[in-house]
Amino acid sequence: MSKQYETVIGLEIHVELATKTKIFCSCSTEFGGKPNTHTCPVCTGMPGSLPVLNKQVVEYAIAVGLATNCEITQYCKFDRKNYFYPDNPQNYQISQLYLPICRNGGIEIDTPSGKKTIGIREIHMEEDAGKLIHDEWEECSLVDFNRSGVPLIEIVSKPDMRSAEEVIAYVDKLRLIIQYLGASDCKLQEGSMRVDVNLSVRELGSKEFGTRTEMKNLNSYKAIARAIEAEKNRQIELLEEGKEVIQETRRWDDNKETSYSMRSKEDAHDYRYFPEPDLVPIVISDEWIENIRKRQPELREEKLKRYKEQFNIPDYDAKILTSSKKIADIFEATTAICNKPKKVSNWLMGETMRLMKEEGIEAEELSFSPENLAKLIELVEEGAINNSVAKEVFEIIFKEDIDPKKYVEEKGLKIVKDEGLLIKTIKEVIEENPKSVEDYRGGKKKAIGFLVGQTMKKMKGKADPSMINKILKELL
Amino acid sequence: MSQVISDELMEYIANLAKLELSEKEKEQAKKDMERMLSYIDKLNELDTEGIEPLSHIFSVNNVFREDVVTNGDDSENILSNAPERKDEAFKVPKTVE
Amino acid sequence: MDITRLTAIELGKKIKSKEVGVVEAIKASLEKIEKYEQEFNCYVTIDKEGALKRGEEIQKLIDEGTLDSPLAGVPVAIKDNICTKGLRTTCSSKILSNFKPTYNAEAVINLEKAGAVIIGKTNMDEFAMGSTTETSAFGETKNPWNKEHVPGGSSGGSCAAVALEECFYALGSDTGGSIRQPSSFCGVVGIKPTYGTVSRYGLIAYGSSLDQIGPIARSVEDCANILEIISSFDVKDSTSIKREEYDFTSALVDDVKGMKIGIPTDYFKEGIDEEVKKAILKAAKTLEEKGAIVEEFELGLVDYAIYAYYVIASAEASSNLARFDGVKYGYRTKDYENLNDMYKRTRSEGFGTEVKRRIMLGSFVLSSGYYDAYYLKALKVKALIKEEFNKAFKKYDVILGPVAPTTAPKLGESLSDPIKMYLGDIYTVSINLAGLPAISVPCGIDSKGLPIGLQLIGDCFKEKNIIRAAYAYEKTRPYIRPTINI
Ligand SMILES: [Mg+2]
Ligand SMILES: [Zn+2]
Repeated sequence: MSKQYETVIGLEIHVELATKTKIFCSCSTEFGGKPNTHTCPVCTGMPGSLPVLNKQVVEYAIAVGLATNCEITQYCKFDRKNYFYPDNPQNYQISQLYLPICRNGGIEIDTPSGKKTIGIREIHMEEDAGKLIHDEWEECSLVDFNRSGVPLIEIVSKPDMRSAEEVIAYVDKLRLIIQYLGASDCKLQEGSMRVDVNLSVRELGSKEFGTRTEMKNLNSYKAIARAIEAEKNRQIELLEEGKEVIQETRRWDDNKETSYSMRSKEDAHDYRYFPEPDLVPIVISDEWIENIRKRQPELREEKLKRYKEQFNIPDYDAKILTSSKKIADIFEATTAICNKPKKVSNWLMGETMRLMKEEGIEAEELSFSPENLAKLIELVEEGAINNSVAKEVFEIIFKEDIDPKKYVEEKGLKIVKDEGLLIKTIKEVIEENPKSVEDYRGGKKKAIGFLVGQTMKKMKGKADPSMINKILKELL
Repeated sequence: MSQVISDELMEYIANLAKLELSEKEKEQAKKDMERMLSYIDKLNELDTEGIEPLSHIFSVNNVFREDVVTNGDDSENILSNAPERKDEAFKVPKTVE
Repeated sequence: MDITRLTAIELGKKIKSKEVGVVEAIKASLEKIEKYEQEFNCYVTIDKEGALKRGEEIQKLIDEGTLDSPLAGVPVAIKDNICTKGLRTTCSSKILSNFKPTYNAEAVINLEKAGAVIIGKTNMDEFAMGSTTETSAFGETKNPWNKEHVPGGSSGGSCAAVALEECFYALGSDTGGSIRQPSSFCGVVGIKPTYGTVSRYGLIAYGSSLDQIGPIARSVEDCANILEIISSFDVKDSTSIKREEYDFTSALVDDVKGMKIGIPTDYFKEGIDEEVKKAILKAAKTLEEKGAIVEEFELGLVDYAIYAYYVIASAEASSNLARFDGVKYGYRTKDYENLNDMYKRTRSEGFGTEVKRRIMLGSFVLSSGYYDAYYLKALKVKALIKEEFNKAFKKYDVILGPVAPTTAPKLGESLSDPIKMYLGDIYTVSINLAGLPAISVPCGIDSKGLPIGLQLIGDCFKEKNIIRAAYAYEKTRPYIRPTINI
């Protein structure tokens, strides 16, 4: 490579909103269910049916717009985007082109070279399409309209990103903002957040943009990073060979680590947008905006600051605790019960993270209750169980959300406080291990560890090691 | 006639509209469209500088629904008109990914 | 007594007073249908069994005293672009030839609540695109006054059925004149209400921003009563308007004293038939004699409305009709190689020529590079037209003019020249563009023996003005039935 290139990246991110019903009808947005069971004449495009807008969709869109420093379009409208596809029941998508609900925003990201603002061109509301299932037995596809009409916002960034790191920082920041707002769970894997990467390359220093491609089907940060790397290289290679980059949509195959063109000669991308005649304009008053702003929950930055100040949590810990809305929620709820922020933080940053990694689950999927974690912490604090027992119990809480008090009671895991029994057991250990006793008395102080261990074993772990230590020292 | 419609343009529009016109239909449609457009061009006689395009007659705004589920499973009805179905889904020719 | 000759209100009264039974009335209508259908083809679907069954139920409710609507038990025909649950609804198109809606249109729900008995679904121009009811995939409907002529369109089946007394009243839809023009050609009364008055939920869309459902009957009184029943604020239709009142029948008073009526001189310039012109001006004179203040005025942009209308209606139609693709309902082609091929063949075989013509035009005016020049321009002209009417209604209560420049043309005459057919909509389309209410009332018969229609246009939400004027005018002239010779 003789020339130096710069990668220019802009993102289009579709986010499924956490409403109970679809954007234009009163069907449930619930996941799963048999095909076409969450449908009605509106979301299946039956002749004569008409859309009616879900107010909550507008409220979520405004909330996201405010949290990303956008201007709210106080007179906004829907438009029809016309194209044929079987998952699109009306063969037009109700979306926004001319007057999207949010415009001209941006968020700040942290990069290794400092802070940087990524501009947001617009956020618009639209409906999701149905699902196409490719039949395994026959040469055909099957259409399920359960997802048809699920509300989406599409967040369109400016072409302000220059690397995969910046892209991931931006996506992650957006994800957190939206999760904190409760507007979506933003799961990349499950598609409730879908990132399309628009990428072009140009010679370093050039002011002109190169021809861009759009990459779809990126359902993890890893996939995003790999796809950006691969597409950047593909485009540079083309340019180096004196060929042209074709403006097109490509689909990323993460298994093969390659992308392929989704172009077919049938689709001309002429969407013939025009104002949706079946929906009236939305007028957003200053008052409405202020109301939403007031109801806006605490976002990550504010939370981070508060954790450090209120709970005396170190910056590093606070960052991890707030890296997911779910974990922050568990942290706060548990702390509210037991009033031991540092302990709660330790459990979340230590055992919880370890088990999440081991089980391969996301923070959003955590299912244990703050009540049970608080009880566990109290058990340890009271000295009713020791740390190693606590860790075992936590694993069960993590998986089945059991009540640790009952569990410890039932399984007889409480520390034995009976000093007589402990002394008796330690005496037995001393008798059975004359070699170690010799060693200890001969000056090898470390030998005591073995004796403590032996005692713990005999007590089936239900003893306090510091007490054993104390008694052993006395007896020796 | 101000707007001349080329065969390519006719082909392009037909493809957008998912219509397949026979040669005869195409010729006829082309002629009709040219004539129609030459009439429609009369609209250019009007000065519409500064006029807001009017899509809705009444200035009614903010017609909303509350976010409450009221629809249940109506799949049998919804599928009852399907030209082809397989189990609970509409069957279509294989779509390419 | 021939029951079928009664107006809907007259029959309603006789049913209430037990002079006529509901089933008896239905049977009388069915007999008329039996007699004339072969020849005139007003219906796409006749629901004999359903109607008789429903008739018995309604009779019971009337006997119990739980139904006291003025139209309880009166048989009605519904245009075939209005969804009726379980009853085939085709839009007179091959592409929907086997479609049975899973729900009722809101207007139909309102009718049923009032105890109406649906007797069948009426023929129309395919997807309401046409002015003659010749573009139907189920054959043309013929004019009751002369079988060689068209009944007008697109609600031609509804209007002809009413004129032939095959039903007591009917619902039609009006996008650019589709209720008023066939009413005029068939010598019956039809109202296109203010946009947003009757819910569009369940009306299969042609031009969404223009479409309205309205009544067709043999008297102004009937139409006012029907309109009162079918109008409602509907939360399922976002463009439905919550009106201050839904009372139209209180306007049925024979008094136009002091009413200000304007006649646009531009309506009588060129292209208008002399006999039509004479009849309209005579009707104006009659109203003047009854005490109305009638004067001529200049209404601008009359010629432009038609082009703006065709751009907007076609554009919306091209999108509205995209859903007919052989996937969810309706016709699907037999042989196809792949998805795109299935789409193209299904739609090319399923739609008729006129529909395809308008889809092509509509797709074109919305396509990249042409949107501003055509579609946006048309929306701006629409704004100007609305402004013209606003000015006029500052001075007048009612605008009076013809419904169409001519009486019903001969079968086959219009289709050979679609542009000429479009130009025939000159007096009706601007009303839809401006969302106004208008009524068509018979006002004469030309030398060919074909009826002429008078159009009375009101300001938005002022249906009462046009109903009052039409009612007073109607009082001066008896209802004339077509002499039917088969
Ligand atoms: Mg989108
Ligand atoms: Zn639905």
